[in-house]
Amino acid sequence: MNQHTALYESHVAAGARMVAFGGWMMPLHYGSQVQEHHAVRRRAGMFDVSHMTRVDLRGAGARPFLRRLVANNVDKLTERGKALYTCMLNDQGGVLDDLIVYFLDEDWFRLVVNAATRDKDLAWINDAAAAFADVEVGPRPELAMIAVQGPEARARSAAALGDGIREAAGELPPFHAVTVGEYFVSTTGYTGEDGFEIILPAARAAATWQALLQSGVAPCGLGARDTLRLEAGMNLYGADMDEQTTPLESGLGWTVAWEPAARDFIGRGALERLRAQGVTRRLVGLVLEDRGVLRGHQTVICSGGAGEITSGSYSPTLERSIALARVPAAVRAGDSCQVEVRGRSLAARVVKYPFVRHGRSCLAQDQAE
Amino acid sequence: MSDIPSELRYTKTHEWVRLMDDGNLEIGITDHAQSLMGDMVYVELPEVGAVVVGGDDCAVVESVKAASDVYAPVSGEIVEVNEELADAPETLNQHPYTDGWMFRIRAAGEGELDELLDADGYLEAIEAEE
Repeated sequence: MNQHTALYESHVAAGARMVAFGGWMMPLHYGSQVQEHHAVRRRAGMFDVSHMTRVDLRGAGARPFLRRLVANNVDKLTERGKALYTCMLNDQGGVLDDLIVYFLDEDWFRLVVNAATRDKDLAWINDAAAAFADVEVGPRPELAMIAVQGPEARARSAAALGDGIREAAGELPPFHAVTVGEYFVSTTGYTGEDGFEIILPAARAAATWQALLQSGVAPCGLGARDTLRLEAGMNLYGADMDEQTTPLESGLGWTVAWEPAARDFIGRGALERLRAQGVTRRLVGLVLEDRGVLRGHQTVICSGGAGEITSGSYSPTLERSIALARVPAAVRAGDSCQVEVRGRSLAARVVKYPFVRHGRSCLAQDQAE
Repeated sequence: MSDIPSELRYTKTHEWVRLMDDGNLEIGITDHAQSLMGDMVYVELPEVGAVVVGGDDCAVVESVKAASDVYAPVSGEIVEVNEELADAPETLNQHPYTDGWMFRIRAAGEGELDELLDADGYLEAIEAEE
């Protein structure tokens, strides 16, 4: 039985096509996922992300515990409100989940983890916390979460939600959070655009959604969320990385904090061995040069060997198909490759990603034009 | 509710078939199918002159979300394909029964058309799917 978020009725009333996702009934689109995608790139769109799991860690032991729990180093969080993207690894260095850690106070950190991994994550976090004194793990299912994204996201949010938001968050730099009354507002997101993610009491969600709608923020579904994050080169858990792959093979080496060497995070030993042996696979971007659409699990043939697409779709911004693919480590940006697509062999080019940031193509060929 | 014109014939795999004045059959995908697929971004059409067997896949439509085969409703020869779709696949969303036609078949025989669903039969078929 799939759960409903506090915005379920709002979605149905707006004519959303609802689908099961990670144990929740969520909107796939409200008519056209491409139009929703463009709304975020050009103006402002909003997503119900209440299905994601929020967990508060309370107590003086929270920071020492997080030093052990996650691969990035929470000691980078020195300023209250600062956020950190990280992976949580198993002992083999495989990715249990990716998450954002918010530093609210010395005895209060907030984690936002994925929806589909909720039970596994909570069991893992509780198990790992048992070895630490003074840390309390508290899921926050009574909170809802709305992402407002796009070049006009801040202005339209302020217009809808009041001057308090404008004053406290209008100039907030990326990856920071601030509490404004009952809103916890952060400058994070999953689209490659400016904007907010707003955590709020579930009882306030429908009225807030309605206010955003009235100030011209377009409701957007999971379909647009996926094409936006792919263009932005952001990993999707379960597709681009999972428990069988490490961050080093998933384009997430930058999120692993090796220093200080004494910090013994879970999975560190396995990652160090892999790094010493040399990583044999890595994540790259692909742009399809022929007509067609790249999809997950298609085989990629490169000069250095075979790989596999982990996420592929049509890019509404670039008007061609793009993908993330795990390929032999020797493959370089600029290389040509072939992708097996429905019995045909199509030409693609390896590129650096992100593909799109702040509404513009990042591809070298587009920059040159 | 999706649009199901009464003058067309249908398949359970969501193709529509129109009997044209010249006796050839025009084929596309239904409003219900395009609505399920979402925004179309790529169409792969058969070759003119290809001989197809009823029930075989002979074209592909891809939306942002997924790829789907399109099946030949009857056996025959492909006599024309809608080249306009290559640059405007969204026509399948906008006008599935008119400008969104995909290919035309010269049927090998006459009986197969009568075996296809009428509008009521197709409505029953999609209701049974839901």
